[in-house]
Amino acid sequence: MRINLEYWRQNGPDDPGHFEKRTLENVDDHASFLEMLDVLNEELFAAGEEPVAFDSDCREGICGMCGLVINGDPHGPERTTTCQLHMRSFKDGDTITIEPWRVAAFPVIKDLAVDRSALDRIVQAGGYISVNTGAAPDAHSQLVPKANADRAFEAAACIGCGACAAACPNGSAMLFTSAKVMHLGLLPQGEPERRDRVVNMLVQQDEEGFGGCTNTGACASVCPKEIPFELISLLNRELIRSMHHKARQRSA
Amino acid sequence: MTELIQGLYTEGEPIADTKAPDGPLADKWNTRKFNARLVNPANRRKMSVIVVGSGLAGAAAAASLGEMGYPVKVFYYQDSARRAHSIAAQGGINAAKNYKNDNDSTYRLFYDTIKGGDYRARESNVYRLAEVSANIIDQCVAQGVPFAREYGGYLDNRSFGGVQVSRTFYARGQTGQQLLIGAYQALMRQVAAGTVKAYDRHEMMELIVKDGRARGIVTRDMVSGQIETFVADAVVLATGGYGNVFFLSTNAMGCNASAIWRAHRKGAYFANPCYTQIHPTCIPQHGDYQSKLTLMSESLRNDGRIWVPKKKEDCKKDPRDIPEEDRDYYLERIYPAFGNLVPRDIASRQAKNMCDEGRGVGPEIDGVARGVYLDFADAIQRMGREAVSAKYGNLFDMYKRITDDDPYEVPMRIYPAVHYTMGGLWVDYDLESTIPGLYVTGEANFSDHGANRLGASALMQGLADGYFVLPNTINDYLADAPFESLDAADPAVAEARQNVEERVGTFMNMKGTHSVDYFHKKLGSIMWERCGMERTAEGLRKAVGEIRELHEQFWRDARVPGSAKDLNNSLEKAGRVADFFELAELMCIDALHREESCGGHFRAESQTPEGEALRHDDRFAYVAAWEWTGESQPPVLHKEDLNYQFVHMTQRSYK
Repeated sequence: MRINLEYWRQNGPDDPGHFEKRTLENVDDHASFLEMLDVLNEELFAAGEEPVAFDSDCREGICGMCGLVINGDPHGPERTTTCQLHMRSFKDGDTITIEPWRVAAFPVIKDLAVDRSALDRIVQAGGYISVNTGAAPDAHSQLVPKANADRAFEAAACIGCGACAAACPNGSAMLFTSAKVMHLGLLPQGEPERRDRVVNMLVQQDEEGFGGCTNTGACASVCPKEIPFELISLLNRELIRSMHHKARQRSA
Repeated sequence: MTELIQGLYTEGEPIADTKAPDGPLADKWNTRKFNARLVNPANRRKMSVIVVGSGLAGAAAAASLGEMGYPVKVFYYQDSARRAHSIAAQGGINAAKNYKNDNDSTYRLFYDTIKGGDYRARESNVYRLAEVSANIIDQCVAQGVPFAREYGGYLDNRSFGGVQVSRTFYARGQTGQQLLIGAYQALMRQVAAGTVKAYDRHEMMELIVKDGRARGIVTRDMVSGQIETFVADAVVLATGGYGNVFFLSTNAMGCNASAIWRAHRKGAYFANPCYTQIHPTCIPQHGDYQSKLTLMSESLRNDGRIWVPKKKEDCKKDPRDIPEEDRDYYLERIYPAFGNLVPRDIASRQAKNMCDEGRGVGPEIDGVARGVYLDFADAIQRMGREAVSAKYGNLFDMYKRITDDDPYEVPMRIYPAVHYTMGGLWVDYDLESTIPGLYVTGEANFSDHGANRLGASALMQGLADGYFVLPNTINDYLADAPFESLDAADPAVAEARQNVEERVGTFMNMKGTHSVDYFHKKLGSIMWERCGMERTAEGLRKAVGEIRELHEQFWRDARVPGSAKDLNNSLEKAGRVADFFELAELMCIDALHREESCGGHFRAESQTPEGEALRHDDRFAYVAAWEWTGESQPPVLHKEDLNYQFVHMTQRSYK
């Protein structure tokens, strides 16, 4: 098939950036979207131009490294990661625009690659359970009802790709943060740090420059791992519970 | 003067592991821990450790060492530690917990692993792996890893990879992801605590060795292009495997051999380089533009039936139009006792045999259809579509997404693919390489799996090394630290840095006509054809010649576009592919010298009358540890004899 591409070029965070165009002939409809970009880069190489920078690693839909806005949609028209999107989702003669995640907290590194280390810093603020290596009790010493384990797993399936923030009109990472808060909050092992975790992670999220959540739901509708939108309201409940608790502690 | 053997290598002094204590198998690890020297907590602050790689082995090691009080620096090429390729492991992690009361034990896990490795692993290491496996599960559960549970709240287990007990812990089909996120969170906790400093998008380019000890690394910041040196008292390489030498593999795009290869060139021996695990159930290649291969979980073989048409002329037909009597369920025919559940190496080789005979199905790549059917029609009839969907639904969806074929309607097509490399840097029982102060963990070292790797064992080794083994053994070395301080002006540091700068300069000045990928693909196809599932002496000799020729052409005719001062994927690949060339040659030499078939390494000249792999324990029951002697110089082979005291070596048979 023949594909007209309009792809974003930007030399670092301070460069204003611009679109470039190129038409690819004979694109195989079984190729993944990223393999199509590999072909584009081979053509650019042959033409003496610099290849387009983009991120990808596992190309199996799990590492979360890839992420492009394709025709306005994070990861493109299908609900999957960019690496698992295939050219058969497009038609012969289509024009496809490709942009990086446009989120204030994700500065552009080059072309289509952005810096998502803000998500790591949100995890550093409390997205863990404080157990030292070798200090763990037997795995069966604390039972976890299957329903809780399954719900925790559902939240834990987040791959940290950042599509939620890219889709959000406010550039909020709330779905990401709520997934981590609820993954750990639903397990008994996460209980002792539960009240501090939600506050600390949300404070960090604000400091990183992510916008506030106004419940538009765009995040969950593009999430390739179908992290439930409901986690955000559960997070809000965690936050209120934590604040009540702190208020009680202060008045006591 | 040492003799040049087969015109390719010389043989040197034997090598031995001097760290595993004598005495009963079950006491070795405790004895070693007791005998290893300690470093008191106040002194740990004065020392430093560098960890390269943030997968299960690297993240677990860095987090554990940070907790202990050592200042740690961890480096990885991805944008976040959470993206390391351990994340892609699907199936599960083994542990001898005996939660199912089915007579599992440390000894049984040890025994299965030794046998699965076709008697080419060290007993002491494998026993320790089995021993600490139970602690891994405890640790991960405490971290909040959401393993599958039963309704009573207890952990669930399943059996995996032909093992007869249920010892595999899992989190749906995403066990690797969940374990890695657990280790990543432990790491992030230490980063927040200030004990670990993390360097994302940094690639290790060189090892710094001073007075025979590993003392640091040279890195390139992949965003700014800046070349920097970092020194420490010890260096840990946890950089994964080198399967991407084949170009098409199940590895992530960035997986590479450079860190261990750079260390090899500085004196670390490289053990068993030719041991590559080929996984039988991969989605076949579909075109020339393809960048990687995707695995389908091995669990599909529990219910799927594997077949090819009996007649070549049927291969192009719709499989549903081929009647039962014209189908060859070849695994069930050849191995009636194990059928479709034969181990990975056997299933892989027979699939290749069928396709080489001209009975493969699917699109032709280079004139050969490389695919066999994995058919669920019987299972759907027997269990019902819903039951099949409940068990394998996510895998069926993934298959459909990638191939656009619906496996509920048409049989899946699968073909073997390069998956995991059992070879790696040689390490002793302490996980220390032949360079003092250089430790190697996880897939990057050679230990524990022998000639073959069983399912659900890679995650186990990565975490065992990272959480439990290395943090206990490295103290013995660090007890002599801190070592003399090194600054940038020290000749060892300056020289390493200068080598990297010159190397980058050389890549940027190459003015050829082909991209780096062009050479990588060609190298990969030589390796797959000649050093893949089946090898012959003749083919391997040819491969060495072809690799040398292509390597020479690479330096003459490759080109790297762009600049060295910003993100430049082509430049990153150039360094990795240059190293793959040297490694590929060593892999072929190692494969050539090992005149036996073992694990998935089938030497056509060494087979039983029935066409099965034939080991030669009298000649090859050793680890082949290779020493670098310089560019275009023959490597030196050092043999470490494998002495089996507790397990009796027998021929594997699955008939």
